[in-house]
Amino acid sequence: MPTTREDVFKQVEEVLVDALGVDEDEVSEDATLTGDLGAESIDFLDIVFRLEKKFSIKIPRGELFPDDIVNNPDYVENGKFTPAGMTRLKTAMPHADFSDFEADADVAKMPELFTVRTLINYIENKLQAA
Amino acid sequence: MRWIWIDTFTEFESGKRASAVKNVTLAEEHVHDYAPASPMLPPPLMIEGMAQTAGILVGEARGFRENVILAKVRRATFEEYGRPGDQITYTAVLDSIDDTAATTRGEVFRNGDRIGTVDLIFSHLNQSASDLDLPEHNFVFGDTFLDLLRSYRIAVGD
Repeated sequence: MPTTREDVFKQVEEVLVDALGVDEDEVSEDATLTGDLGAESIDFLDIVFRLEKKFSIKIPRGELFPDDIVNNPDYVENGKFTPAGMTRLKTAMPHADFSDFEADADVAKMPELFTVRTLINYIENKLQAA
Repeated sequence: MRWIWIDTFTEFESGKRASAVKNVTLAEEHVHDYAPASPMLPPPLMIEGMAQTAGILVGEARGFRENVILAKVRRATFEEYGRPGDQITYTAVLDSIDDTAATTRGEVFRNGDRIGTVDLIFSHLNQSASDLDLPEHNFVFGDTFLDLLRSYRIAVGD
């Protein structure tokens, strides 16, 4: 039985309600994990663990939330992503939407890339590849 | 400083599960003073007891090489409280462990009856926080915690 996007959304919603203690109606596709849903760094780990369990998938470290780009001087300069950095970021996160982010490329705004939609896209890619 | 909220291990399966007990006594200030006229083991200290049981399980699984610190309480629910004279048992199961973190699930019992659940996430500090000025030695697993495990192993003839 194939999993529809609606199914994925419902299950991602459950994960976020459990991990972050938010209400179901706070979880929309556009909601950002840190800004709107109040997630902190340890919560990202919790979310990864729960997604793995919920969808029976393995999420290698850094695949959903890349953590080795920001500290690389080739990719970040003066608080902004360099062109190489943006390329690297896009390659690492095909599940994210960069249309609003690109103009600024501000590292401080990187958390805005992590929306509920980003999670759903990631899961869908993962399930299709399986 | 002594901050030990488990008395002894009763079960220890390396890398898998561990159980420890805490005897609730009126002699402890925290039990006596927490709630007026209602001596009890404060629930936050039951979370701590589980954190110590599970934390030692996690640390031992990797030879106590890393500083294992409690990073998140995913869930902590209690239906009953520990009263003076009770024996609380914490049973922790290691769900997952890798270089950066570990997750545990746990159940809390009061005189054999299940009264609660505590699920935790631990971080391995050395791996994930390279910008912190950490001491050379392992500052989590000092004598107090290690002795708990040693005494248990001696008692079971390990």
